[in-house]
Amino acid sequence: MFNGDSLFYSRLLTELTLSFHIIYATIGVGVPLMIMIAQWVGIRKNDEHYILLARRWTRGFVITVAVGVVTGTAIGLQLSLLWPNFMELAGNVIALPLFMETFAFFFEAIFLGIYLYTWDRFKDQRKHLMLLIPVAAGAAFSAVFITIVNAFMNAPQGFDIVNGELVNINPLIAMFNPAMPTKVAHVVASAFMTSAFVLASIAGFRLLKGSDHIYHKKALYLTMKIGLIFSIATAVIGDFSGKYLADYQPEKLAAAEWHFETSGDAPLVLFGKLDNGEVKYAIEIPKALSILAYSDPSAEVIGLDQFKEDEIPPLYIHYLFDIMVSIGVWMTLLSLVFWLGSKRSWALIQTKWFRWLIVLGGPLSILAIEMGWWLAEVGRQPWVLRGLMKTSDAATSSNHVDTMLILFAGLYIILAIGSVVVLSRMFRNNPVERELEERHAEKGGVVR
Amino acid sequence: MNLEILGIMVLWTFLFGYVIVASVDFGAGFFNAYSLYAGKQHILTNIIQRYLSPVWEVTNVFLVFFFVGIVGFFPKTAFYYGTILLVPVSIAILLLAIRGSYYAFETYGSRGHKGYSFMYGLSGLFLPASLSIVLTISEGGFVFIENGKPVLDYWALFTSPLTWSIVVLSIAAVLYISAVFLTWYAHKAKDKDAAELMRKYALTWSLPLIITASGIIVELRAHNPEHFANLLNLWWMFVLSFLLFIGTVWLIWKRKHYGRAFGLLAGQFALAFFAYGISHYPYLLYPHLTIYDSFTNEAMAISLIVAFIAGLGLLIPSLYLLLRLFLFNKDYVTGKSDPY
Repeated sequence: MFNGDSLFYSRLLTELTLSFHIIYATIGVGVPLMIMIAQWVGIRKNDEHYILLARRWTRGFVITVAVGVVTGTAIGLQLSLLWPNFMELAGNVIALPLFMETFAFFFEAIFLGIYLYTWDRFKDQRKHLMLLIPVAAGAAFSAVFITIVNAFMNAPQGFDIVNGELVNINPLIAMFNPAMPTKVAHVVASAFMTSAFVLASIAGFRLLKGSDHIYHKKALYLTMKIGLIFSIATAVIGDFSGKYLADYQPEKLAAAEWHFETSGDAPLVLFGKLDNGEVKYAIEIPKALSILAYSDPSAEVIGLDQFKEDEIPPLYIHYLFDIMVSIGVWMTLLSLVFWLGSKRSWALIQTKWFRWLIVLGGPLSILAIEMGWWLAEVGRQPWVLRGLMKTSDAATSSNHVDTMLILFAGLYIILAIGSVVVLSRMFRNNPVERELEERHAEKGGVVR
Repeated sequence: MNLEILGIMVLWTFLFGYVIVASVDFGAGFFNAYSLYAGKQHILTNIIQRYLSPVWEVTNVFLVFFFVGIVGFFPKTAFYYGTILLVPVSIAILLLAIRGSYYAFETYGSRGHKGYSFMYGLSGLFLPASLSIVLTISEGGFVFIENGKPVLDYWALFTSPLTWSIVVLSIAAVLYISAVFLTWYAHKAKDKDAAELMRKYALTWSLPLIITASGIIVELRAHNPEHFANLLNLWWMFVLSFLLFIGTVWLIWKRKHYGRAFGLLAGQFALAFFAYGISHYPYLLYPHLTIYDSFTNEAMAISLIVAFIAGLGLLIPSLYLLLRLFLFNKDYVTGKSDPY
């Protein structure tokens, strides 16, 4: 008995949970590094503003961590609840990184607790910085391990199938699959980039809203600089990902690029619209796809004609690809202009509209993260394990998925509203000017 | 000892860890909400907040650890339990999500928000119920196989006295464990009023706990005779467990050695928990799934165990540090050093 409804709702619920989770997860991976850098800069320059920056970010971070943890628990369990057949098979091969992820997460949880509750217990700020290292490392490593699991789904290996049974299983070969290096690097770099731009957009917003405090300017400069570095890294790794796809998952690249016929000198299709199999209003960059795929302008790139009809991913992923790449390029340029502008004191970067662009940068980066994940996930349809298990064979046989979908949708709405309300109230009620005054008063120093 | 037994031992130990830390957490949330309602908030809230704040996230990881571990060591559990548990576990996730996030919202966002505290307390009471359903199901009799797929018979499940006894037991256990722990913690914090109040709660909940626990053994005789027979073979563990229970109650009654009382309680639950687990051997889901036919391949088992040992090498010192800084640190416990 095949239950088509369960499949549809399982896919929808998984997509909903993951799309919601990655907003908080991305912040959870990137922000600890930013906090660590701020704390470190503060100690090195002996500048209290940066220490305060670290503190205030941490306070907000706790709220996002809480939502990240609970939605992460949800997706962790939903893997088995919605995709029992998949987990049964994959569990044999890929349980190791899944298990290691919980260790990384455990580690982070412990030290975050310690970090949060020892603000004033250590007189030496350097000790406090030491506590942040395991937090940032734990956060990054949980991203690494969980992305390894996802990479395995794109490029399953590390086992043989003999008469339908899995034999010769090697967990390490399964972990270090071909998709892993580019995927992990892209996820981590883009998480750092996004977190930097999200924090930059907060600083930009405060400056727009009339606070002219040097604290916000320092925050903005620091985060935009980090954002620039990681957006360049993300783009470079993105290029490697393209080359990986050309070699190992050509159908994903071909669908994302609307590359129908296998050919050399393949052009890159930018934007455009698909109309009854015709590409309209698109910008074609000659030979660019061949360069993206093989660093060779005349290289042959496999097109969709090489694949069976029912093994081609949906073609709408082209739009996702375009949006992701456009935002990435845009953010790199924006942060580059900002960085050059602050070095050479251009009036441009002080203008209102430029600051609005910075404010917009945070949400845009998160949008790019969503687009990238949808591209990566929808791009391997119809497979759940590429070449091995179809998504339709993996779903649960339970009849209650639709009800659960409604329940979880309600939950995420509540969590989204709750976290936004709490976060904005937290910072609006305690602006940095006041906190600085209080800290000075405590130390008996001069009030600025 | 073979790898299957080692695997399930490791997981069972972690589940035990979760049962204890989560009970303290669930119960604390309930007592906190109750004290708001009963107007005793000034007595309890400080103590509870001070304990919970640094550890709430760690508690959650124990659970994640268990379910990731069981799918890793016993991948077939994903197929059986994953298919049948969609509804009960989804509800548990929902409750966990409300708890976790609203705890953070309340503590770091807007202190003293009554609505949050109530949600937090109530969800803590429903959670043990929704999670303990899994224990009932594992006893067999509620799952049948249709077209090669397991199906859960909700009607049989919800009309079974065994289900409700286990639910009641889990709630009583949560409140009892939590009350004993908080008595000790409040005592350490030199908070006399809180310690007295928690002591009262601990004594109140000791009776329902022991009655339901004994009741379940009787019910198993009718529900799953094989399991019951195995339980009887381990009678000495239950007797020992009962003696430890008497010891805890006696110490608390006499207002002496609260720390030692909590130690006895941990021993009592460990004995009962492991006796129950051992008697369940070799079934994970009676009678469909044993630990042998669901065990992962050897390569994975060995790498998981290596990862586990390496992970523990990191975890145990860190957990020790956490405990030293917050649980056993006089200044912190008595509130001399306040966060922020």
